[in-house]
Amino acid sequence: MAADMARSLTFLLNVPETPEDQGPEPSPYDESEMHDSFHQLIQEQSLWAAEEGLELQQLGSGASGSDHQALLGPEGTLAHSSATLRILASMPSRTIGRSRGAIISQYYNRTVRLRRRTSRPQLGHLGRSARPSLRLYDLELDSTALEEEEKRVLLVKELQGLTVAQRDHMLRAMPLSLAEKRCLREETRTPRGRQGRRGLPSCCNRFRYACVLALHDLGLGLLSVLQVLTPWRYALKQIGGQFGSSVLSYFLFLKTLLAFNALLLLPLLAFIVGVQAAFPPPPLGPVPNFTGLELLTGAGRFTDTVMYYGYYSNATLNQLCAAPLDGGQCTPEASSLPYNMPLAYLFTVGVAFFVTCITLVYSMSHSFGESYRVGSTSGAHAITVFCSWDHKVTQKWASRLQHDNIRTRLKELLAEWRLRRAPSSVCGRMRQLAVLGLVWLLCLAVTLGSTVAVYTFSEFMIKSPESTEREGALLALPLVVCLLNLVAPYLYRGLAALEWHDSPVLEVYVAICRNLILKMVILGILCYHWLGRRVGAVKDQCWENFVGQELYRFLVMDFSFTLLDTLFGELVWRLISEKLRRGKPEFDIARNVLELIYGQTLTWLGVLFSPLLPALQIIKLVLLFYVKKMSLTANCQAPRRPWLASQMNTVFISLLCFPSFLGAAIFLCYAIWQVKPSSLCGPFRTLDTMYEAGKVWVRRLEKAGPRVSWLPWIHRNLVENTFPIYLVSALLLAMIYLNIQVVKGQRKVICLLKEQISNEGEDKIFLINKLRSVYERKEKSRIGRTHEDATSPAVLTDDRDT
Amino acid sequence: MGNKQTVFTHEQLEAYQDNPFRQRIAQVFSEDGDGHMTLDNFLDMFSVMSEMAPRDLKAYYAFKIYDFNEDDYICMWDLEQTVTKLTRGELSAEEVSLVCEKVLDEADGDHDGRLSLDDFQNMILRAPDFLSTFHIRI
Repeated sequence: MAADMARSLTFLLNVPETPEDQGPEPSPYDESEMHDSFHQLIQEQSLWAAEEGLELQQLGSGASGSDHQALLGPEGTLAHSSATLRILASMPSRTIGRSRGAIISQYYNRTVRLRRRTSRPQLGHLGRSARPSLRLYDLELDSTALEEEEKRVLLVKELQGLTVAQRDHMLRAMPLSLAEKRCLREETRTPRGRQGRRGLPSCCNRFRYACVLALHDLGLGLLSVLQVLTPWRYALKQIGGQFGSSVLSYFLFLKTLLAFNALLLLPLLAFIVGVQAAFPPPPLGPVPNFTGLELLTGAGRFTDTVMYYGYYSNATLNQLCAAPLDGGQCTPEASSLPYNMPLAYLFTVGVAFFVTCITLVYSMSHSFGESYRVGSTSGAHAITVFCSWDHKVTQKWASRLQHDNIRTRLKELLAEWRLRRAPSSVCGRMRQLAVLGLVWLLCLAVTLGSTVAVYTFSEFMIKSPESTEREGALLALPLVVCLLNLVAPYLYRGLAALEWHDSPVLEVYVAICRNLILKMVILGILCYHWLGRRVGAVKDQCWENFVGQELYRFLVMDFSFTLLDTLFGELVWRLISEKLRRGKPEFDIARNVLELIYGQTLTWLGVLFSPLLPALQIIKLVLLFYVKKMSLTANCQAPRRPWLASQMNTVFISLLCFPSFLGAAIFLCYAIWQVKPSSLCGPFRTLDTMYEAGKVWVRRLEKAGPRVSWLPWIHRNLVENTFPIYLVSALLLAMIYLNIQVVKGQRKVICLLKEQISNEGEDKIFLINKLRSVYERKEKSRIGRTHEDATSPAVLTDDRDT
Repeated sequence: MGNKQTVFTHEQLEAYQDNPFRQRIAQVFSEDGDGHMTLDNFLDMFSVMSEMAPRDLKAYYAFKIYDFNEDDYICMWDLEQTVTKLTRGELSAEEVSLVCEKVLDEADGDHDGRLSLDDFQNMILRAPDFLSTFHIRI
């Protein structure tokens, strides 16, 4: 049998001779490599019936073929001998997680790989590593293994070769204790001594190094200060502790919107509002008295102020003429700083929108990159078991709710799985699809009905003469729109109770989709009403002021309806359900977030006509935060449905970018390029379109001289000429197509790697079985030899005697 | 915790301790594995559970937390312990073992019947929520 083995084994199996194989004696090998508890496990091996973690369970029958080899379970013969266990204990996949030396070696290798990123490191040069397979040594017999200290010195040397940012990143990812990481960081900070180079170069290098380190420290310090100064830190912590990550995502989204509005408001304040407030134009007429109604309608006292478009002058401000005007152009004095108001208005709004666009697209792609993985199959059970417990939750009742939610979720997953195993009848599927189609038709009918209602009402408001006289009547259209926005989602929810979906997440998406369609269609009708009909109707007045005021009214009305909804929807509902003992109402995250997106769309639509609208939105968001937080704490409970927070964040940011911001940008572009500004007010009153202000300026630059001729050239060839735009679009499409192909290729590679891992697992099981059988045979032969030795001395003594 | 109080009653402390893995977390982060943490261990714990910790580091420590018998693999028994703790024992034994089987089906890459650190990290990569749930706000 040994001969067979020698023939079949093509590799040299260096099996150490171990005199003691069992018992509690300490192993002669490097004990520091093994954890104490594992050593205890070897001792208790023989006592325990159910081996914990050391045996490989038999795979389920028929799962993946019959040629899977499995180790014998507890119902089989004896378990591994201690020698096998010892070898198993020093398997690479085990030791890397355990000993500090192994961690340091692993990270040394990673650092080396990072430094030599262009060329693949050769295996022979990898040096000391924790993986015996790479070192070609058996871990136990390798007496020349580097001490931990030497490994550490090597790691420090390698870390010093990285840049500061890479080094920090590497240190941060190491699973060592903070004290050790601090020591490593201190050691890597001392600059390498340059051998052979003295004097000025090393001084310069050290100075530069010190500067870089100081800047890096300053950056980290600022980051920590910013984190402390972020608003509402304690409030967010409270909400997260009581309601979990899902409800917290709504408040974080609110904070994000606040940041976007602040980003939008700053350039407007600096370049438009501030300047015009410093140089006020002559008043148009008598200033009306302040009645309380202005806060709701935005008209009256507020009309002729910095709030609206009509206040801004169309001339160049701060231009004091040196020579008296003789019909020609005014030559500015040397000390004055002329400020071209129309140009500033156009450019500031354009640049603010452009910056918002870039920020939105960046955060959307960042969020998308975090939540989407190439080639990932759904691992719903694993993710629920390992990633669903929210460690932020601190209150006992809240974590009890989490327990319930996770239990419900697991039960639902099991039920889905059982249902999927049972064949679904064609009849059932047809019925489900029919109900789905019917419900969608009804929802679209509701949307159409609301749209038609808004359209007829807006036409009625244009045609009736008293609408412009009575200020109270101005509130009618916003009231109607807000009522529709309030009632229709409840109708949708009622209709959705009729249908049933395969997965609960799909229900949420469908609800969001329907609400979004309603809101966007209504906003579309309103935009047509303002830019298409109102412009014609309000002939001898300032239509831009009117549109700005309308948007102000919409924002204020939306806020009041949100407050009312919070009051009645949550407070009264809680009182009712307490009487009925049904439990507190759930916080409907999707509906609240859609309302936030709707409000932000209104702000973006109105920025051109009312530059202070972002300020109003900021005030509204701050108040909304406190109102929602109070109502949440008092009245609501966390949603029972599983809420994939990060996926939802991606969805919300994408919804903010695509229908919301894109629609507002289209509206803005149309208003700037196609609509004739009113001739009575505003910075563009003498021009045909608002964009002409830019064209006029470019023409003036052309006449100014050859020094600035590159700007008109750019304008003529890149902006007015359409060919470069086509070229850039074609290039972008080609890049997108190439990226899609690359992702397809990566998916194939991932499949191949998964197969390879599976095959390696089979190899491992095969080798462990073989190892065990080798040890068994050695045991048997040893026992056989000791028997012979026991009998042979008797023979020998007999021989010697004779 | 409130920022106005400095001494907490036992009831208040009890109300804040319902994390089912609190013993395991203490064991993993303590130096000698018995749950008694020094200040350095405490700082380590909050450093790993903070917002800035990279995903791989969190996955490493989460793996250690879920490995109840500390043998560097998450085996069936570990999974059963996890599921029981998560649901406070309210699932039947059959359901628990069914869930554990499905978890192993989904996450076990080399089909050896248990999850190694690499399997676990691969699974965590597919779960973008992990960063927000394995997080304690300070």
